[in-house]
Amino acid sequence: MTEHDLANSQLGSLSYDPAPESASIAHLRPSYGLFIDGAFTEASSHEQFATLNPSNETTLATVAQASSADVDRAVVAARRAYDTVWSKTTGAQRAKYLFRIARLIQERARELAVVETLDNGKPIRESRDIDIPLAAAHFFYYAGWADKLDHAGFGADPQPLGVAGQIIPWNFPLLMAAWKLAPALAAGNTCVLKPAETTPLSALILAEILQQAELPAGVVNIITGDGSTGAALVDHPDVDKIAFTGSTDVGRLIQQRVASSPKRLTLELGGKGANIVFEDAPIDEMIEGIIDGIFFNQGHVCCAGSRLLVQESVADEVLRRLVRRVEQLRVGDPLDKNTDVGAINSAAQLERIKELTAFGESEGATRYTSSCALPETGYWFAPTVFADVSQSHRIAREEIFGPVLSVLTFRTPEEAVAKANNTKYGLACGVWSEKGSRTLWVAERLRAGVIWANTYNRFDPTSPFGGVRESGFGREGGRHGLEAYLDV
Amino acid sequence: MSDDRIDVRKTYKLLVNGAFPRSESGRSYEVTTCAGAFWANVAQGSRKDVRDAVVAARAAQAKWWGATAYNRGQVIYRLAEMAESRRAELREHVAVAEGIGDAEADAVVSRSIDRVVWYAGWTDKIAQVLGGANPVAGPFFNFSLPTPSGVVGVLAPQNSSLEGFVNSVLAPICAGNTVVVVASEQRPTPALLLGEMSATSDFPPGVFNVITGYTTELGPTLASHEDVDGLDLEGAGDGANDLAIVAAGSIKRVLRPRANEDPSSLRRIRAFVETSTVWHTIGQ
Repeated sequence: MTEHDLANSQLGSLSYDPAPESASIAHLRPSYGLFIDGAFTEASSHEQFATLNPSNETTLATVAQASSADVDRAVVAARRAYDTVWSKTTGAQRAKYLFRIARLIQERARELAVVETLDNGKPIRESRDIDIPLAAAHFFYYAGWADKLDHAGFGADPQPLGVAGQIIPWNFPLLMAAWKLAPALAAGNTCVLKPAETTPLSALILAEILQQAELPAGVVNIITGDGSTGAALVDHPDVDKIAFTGSTDVGRLIQQRVASSPKRLTLELGGKGANIVFEDAPIDEMIEGIIDGIFFNQGHVCCAGSRLLVQESVADEVLRRLVRRVEQLRVGDPLDKNTDVGAINSAAQLERIKELTAFGESEGATRYTSSCALPETGYWFAPTVFADVSQSHRIAREEIFGPVLSVLTFRTPEEAVAKANNTKYGLACGVWSEKGSRTLWVAERLRAGVIWANTYNRFDPTSPFGGVRESGFGREGGRHGLEAYLDV
Repeated sequence: MSDDRIDVRKTYKLLVNGAFPRSESGRSYEVTTCAGAFWANVAQGSRKDVRDAVVAARAAQAKWWGATAYNRGQVIYRLAEMAESRRAELREHVAVAEGIGDAEADAVVSRSIDRVVWYAGWTDKIAQVLGGANPVAGPFFNFSLPTPSGVVGVLAPQNSSLEGFVNSVLAPICAGNTVVVVASEQRPTPALLLGEMSATSDFPPGVFNVITGYTTELGPTLASHEDVDGLDLEGAGDGANDLAIVAAGSIKRVLRPRANEDPSSLRRIRAFVETSTVWHTIGQ
């Protein structure tokens, strides 16, 4: 069958019967309080706010809005737990708590996957196969470090920092909680974790898991709220460490706010990842890799391959194949097991994506948007590819954080590297080529914290993740991830 | 040599891009001995001098990091050789700058040169000590490489004119960074001597740039410069907090002074080292 025949056959428009996962598996309570000192408590203001299902705009539950007084309560609990319990708990004991947590996440994996998909809008296939298993794996990995810190390369008997304030984003809610909590606890710190305003639920299920694991009260405190809650945590004088994942603009503010304090800081910020395609790359794998690089999690990925750099000689073919593949992506009900692209997480994010893509057109790029039908309610954006993008276009410079790919071209490896590095960010890049020596040559020259060769968007607890330049500093994952929580 | 010989004195200049310019501003300021006697007029570097040095450091960075680790080690070791052959001169300058006796100054010089040797030996160990393979759960070869942050601005310690200077400058350089360093404001001449020695040690021009001048004038330029990746605030004194806030504007890596630092700690090296992790598929 020729490519032309394939494109015109019914294979290009196969339909699938609905295969929805059951929302009732989530067992959500109508409302949640703040998890402080081992118990759920009401916010001092009694203020609650709703968290929505972005795929249909219905309220899933209400959660508490933590005030600065609540933040203080949480920090006091964390400090007391640090002083009286956790700093006296041996590494081997800490390890066993973490192993318990890992196992409990595995036991409740299906429930957590459904909660994550309901609250975030991501396809159940992704929450089931990636977010939740990886979260468990992170606890399992760092559990093993807790009694081996002498061997982590920071000298004998490295000490924890104390109380860690951790602020996480909405794109991988439970996974980001695991990335923050697991190394912090393994290193011997206590934590105050603030989930994102729009995706608090899986962290609150995690709080239940911590209770089931009988983790001592106050070792982990989980407080929900908006930006003001995060700001109060950043400013709290008894916090020793701030770990933040989110936008570069907020990260910059946080770095400024802690600059004149003794607080330690790690930042995992935005990106504008270049996915570099050489003419010799295996085309089928490469097309799938490009698709996965930008449409995974609706493009709500800080390391997304949002700039495609294609060698000129294959640019036409790559673009044609890409556009065809985008047309085949199944967009819709995130709980459907066949869904490829789910809902945009919030109305605000949808506005941002619309605003930046409008610039794409007005600045002269050529737009290809999937003709897929979008649901009538909820927040949706059809997968979009922009061709004829130049480096000065806003869609080539700014993080869109949505299912939007900008395609640029290059001729030589030197030009590819120069274009890839022409950004203030430096989180992740991809390189596609069958020639190993060229791949490594390019990888050596890319200013990025993570480089995927002939693959994209792979994560593993043993593999350090984090950025250079304005994508932040510090690493999460691997031996390197411990450094963020040790006084070294 | 008869007693009445008129000695030939040195004009102290900046070190930028391997050359020794006076400040573009034409300004100079007087440096005294610790006892208050005239010691030298040194160039009062300007913000423009700092920016020129950053341009040179950026241009040199790819070349310095592109050299083999073995080669970088030899270049740094060569600096130790140059310093050893000019020990007497270094000793005199350290004694005058720091107001200490010859024996003590001699010990400072010895420790400083030995420290250069220590850093020379690190260049080809960093990747093995700070990097390594990661056993990911999948068909990938995954390895983490320590890579330099890029261009590092250093406000050198104000008191330790040579030994502290060596630590602040050689730690980022041995990891593959290039450096723009503002020397101790009142004790700059040992740093200038070491800068001169670097120019005869096969450093590519632009790797090692030394600016003299007022820390309060030059610090903000380094802290706010968008093409500076890291900032060592060792010599910033009371201005450190303000400079750290400015540095946050471009998410710089900021190294703050820490009391009683263990000299064997790798903190100074780690401060300006990134971890770059490469995943490569494994298959037939």
